[in-house]
Amino acid sequence: METAEIKLTAKDFVTDQEVRWCPGCGDYSILKQVQTVMPELGIPKEEIVFISGIGCSSRFPYYMETFGMHSIHGRATAIASGLKATRPELSVWIVTGDGDALSIGGNHFVHLLRRNFDVNVLLFNNEIYGLTKGQYSPTSPLGKVAKSTPMGSVDHPFNPLALSLGADGTFIARTMDRDPIHMREVLKRANAHKGTSLVEIYQNCNVFNDGAFEVFTEKGSKKMNTLFVEHGKPLVFGEQADKGIKLDGFKPVIVNIADTSANDLWIHDEKDQVKASILVRFFDNPANENALPRPFGVFYQEDRFCYEDAMNAQIEDAIQSKGNGDLDALIRGKNTWTI
Amino acid sequence: MFNYKFVSKFVRNDFFRRKQHKKMSAQTEIKTDVVILFAGDSGDGIQLTGTQFTTTTALYGNDVSTFPNFPAEIRAPQGTIAGVSGFQLHFGSVEVYTAGDASDVLVVMNAAALKANLKQLKQGGIIIANSDGFDAKNLKLAKYPDGVNPLTDGSLEKYKVHVIDVTKITRTALADSGLGTKEMDRSKNMFVLGYIYWMYNRSLDTTIEFIKDQFKKRPELIDANVKVLKAGYNFGDTVEAPMNRFEVKPAPVSKGTYRSIMGNQAAALGLIAAAQKSGLTLFYGTYPITPASDILHELSKHKNFGVKTFQAEDEIAAIASTIGASFGGALGVTGSSGPGIALKGEAIGLALMLELPLVIVNIQRGGPSTGLPTKTEQADLLQAIYGRNGEAPVPVIAACTPSDCFNMAFEACRLAIEFMTPVFFLSDGYIANGAEPWKFPSAAELPELKVAFAKNNLKDGEKFLPYKRNEKLAREWAIPGTKGLEHRVGGIEKENETGNISYDPENHELMVKTRQAKVDNIANYIPLQTIDNGKKKGKLLILGWGSTYGSIKTAVKEAIAEGYDVSHAHVRYLNPLPKNLGDVLKNYDKVLIPEINNGQLIKIIRDKYLIDAQGLNKIKGMPFTSIEIKEKIKELSK
Repeated sequence: METAEIKLTAKDFVTDQEVRWCPGCGDYSILKQVQTVMPELGIPKEEIVFISGIGCSSRFPYYMETFGMHSIHGRATAIASGLKATRPELSVWIVTGDGDALSIGGNHFVHLLRRNFDVNVLLFNNEIYGLTKGQYSPTSPLGKVAKSTPMGSVDHPFNPLALSLGADGTFIARTMDRDPIHMREVLKRANAHKGTSLVEIYQNCNVFNDGAFEVFTEKGSKKMNTLFVEHGKPLVFGEQADKGIKLDGFKPVIVNIADTSANDLWIHDEKDQVKASILVRFFDNPANENALPRPFGVFYQEDRFCYEDAMNAQIEDAIQSKGNGDLDALIRGKNTWTI
Repeated sequence: MFNYKFVSKFVRNDFFRRKQHKKMSAQTEIKTDVVILFAGDSGDGIQLTGTQFTTTTALYGNDVSTFPNFPAEIRAPQGTIAGVSGFQLHFGSVEVYTAGDASDVLVVMNAAALKANLKQLKQGGIIIANSDGFDAKNLKLAKYPDGVNPLTDGSLEKYKVHVIDVTKITRTALADSGLGTKEMDRSKNMFVLGYIYWMYNRSLDTTIEFIKDQFKKRPELIDANVKVLKAGYNFGDTVEAPMNRFEVKPAPVSKGTYRSIMGNQAAALGLIAAAQKSGLTLFYGTYPITPASDILHELSKHKNFGVKTFQAEDEIAAIASTIGASFGGALGVTGSSGPGIALKGEAIGLALMLELPLVIVNIQRGGPSTGLPTKTEQADLLQAIYGRNGEAPVPVIAACTPSDCFNMAFEACRLAIEFMTPVFFLSDGYIANGAEPWKFPSAAELPELKVAFAKNNLKDGEKFLPYKRNEKLAREWAIPGTKGLEHRVGGIEKENETGNISYDPENHELMVKTRQAKVDNIANYIPLQTIDNGKKKGKLLILGWGSTYGSIKTAVKEAIAEGYDVSHAHVRYLNPLPKNLGDVLKNYDKVLIPEINNGQLIKIIRDKYLIDAQGLNKIKGMPFTSIEIKEKIKELSK
């Protein structure tokens, strides 16, 4: 990408539209971080496209002074695929939610990941349907009491990152609305990755599901219950960074750093798919005894060819071997007769 | 009836004598047109046999029309009636417009094929039967009563029956080939084809070329198939058969250079031509479905035209990806059949809200639901015109013959680009798989399709208005990458001109009316309705649309020759309708609308013009015969 001629600022990415999320919604923070990160990417804003589906999060494109499309429920991933196939030079960002991506758009979501189009997916996960006013979502925990489940949900929830890794996603990350610095770092990493970058963002819906992630986001409990992973560094967490994770065979166990040799700790390796598949399964209910902390950061990154590049390479090959298409020859075909 | 007992003597004579063009012998009978129906198991290579004969006889200069008719199952239970695959072709020294009503020659590879198709054979017609397909097992599978063999019980007395043990001759011919029995048997269709070539004195050259090309990688199969093809030809030549040969001279069609073309192939070429003429990248997002998949197959062969085919994970992703491509400035086309179109409905609504060019190809098949996947029907017209939530007008056009699929696919692209709208292009299984000679255009003869992406001509402080319209009510196509034209579009109702979200009641009504006016206004940019045949004013008008063209054309032509006061008009633009159509209809005392559905165009015509049109409806997954239409003409002319 070329660097923009004029240095852009976050303000350049703000539209004239009034932001209409509920006051206190986690979406505000995400919008702010995205607008802040954009000028740092060095991409001219006319080369950037935000595509969303339906849901609270999907209003996002209206607030970004770039090209944008607010499409239909669940289909942003598929729309972005077609755009990227024909315009590979564009920087394409998909904004979606837990219902949009994992419920109605579940099919396109997994196929996007396996095809590995070079796009970024921001999955706002608030574990609830907000726009339809409070039904449980495919990421709501089992037993969730919501408008449509007065006796509690009997749906086993999706683990979005395990699903993404299972679909052979090449960049899998998680961040949260309440940690702007971390979010900006993850967004920049997502942009830098060539391939589909899946960023799950824990986002608080303060109207229908307030506090769903507070144990991970609030000062008092955050350090005990979260684990910020960094490539090449040991998995360490806790009030005083006094706890770590070590692998006992394939089983992760919590250890006290004081009692453990530094060599025994799990060293995070973004390239290790097997370890990533264990890490995405750190999905315990934090209320459980000995619950593993919830990881944040880049879980996995792999360099794999992108669909659009392979598609274009085939076209180049065809032109190389057959020459540029000759319309007359095509219409004429192999066998003709003249009267 | 007779059996050939001494085949081996002939088969061993593998010296091939080129006699195709020898002087016709005395027993040659001259025919103006002939209908042949090839029928056998769906694994018998019937479709290939039919298409080969079509190509050869078209190259010879006959006018030709075909109707492939096959079961949905790839290998339906062998030997059963459900598994019968048919290929009907009609060729002549006169112009032919349909694949023919009843057949003159019925080629049957087994008992089930005879049972399924005998009623389609003319009185005194010729049956060519593969005796091996009439063994006890096959007779039982075809549900003939115990001990009954139609080839020997005298029930076929009113026909000329030729029984040939195709399987045995083929195996004998290939005895030294080193091929296994199964592989040998796969060449049976070539024997039949060779024999039919002998009957009609056609050259084997095109088919030999085809075989060479088809089996490039397996030379032993080239030898085998060519040998069996020649064996079939020589069989006719050598055996002292009380069998006439026939001569069908070239048709006196207008001068020019022709090729044979199938509807789906023509549609694919039309789309590529539109991309070339507009300078846009063709993006075809689709999900495999009968009978539309051949468009994908054809387009995927032409990557050197920059064509991008995308086999999506489902029908919705197919159109959604296409919308993405259109948003980016590509010529976006999605193709499917009825069930797939139903799934695309919401996204079609999005495309019309976004006001982006998009072509939706529907190769109709029998419905509803899964319906009759391999059979033809015209029952998706109302779906195309009305089948969406909200007030969602979309232009709809339809092809009427296989080669017309080229014109109308091209035209659909023109309308989409010029009016910034999704456009439906309708075809159906009959013309999609049917073939006809095509006097093809040169690239230079095709109109240029002008595309002008929006440019940034904004003055200082001026904002880009994505929904500002030109005199055609089309908005500008402002694609990503255009500095200063950053804007947002979406499926929520938008404010006039700015495109911002708006729930304003007045604005909504204005936008609904504007979108409707845009589509209605297209009537000013399409050809007027013409009369295809007959008087401009008279007693009876047959108003058709889509694939019924050939049957109506034939029926009306014959009826006029017999003195009936009848005319034929064929509608290719269904939404909006040509602006003179109402006046055209008022020139006739009666209007008859034949359709392969339960009455769809008729509803629109009655609604729009308040005339008492009458329907003729056939819903059997089969095209009309011209006789069916002619009978109705006679009835209404009383």
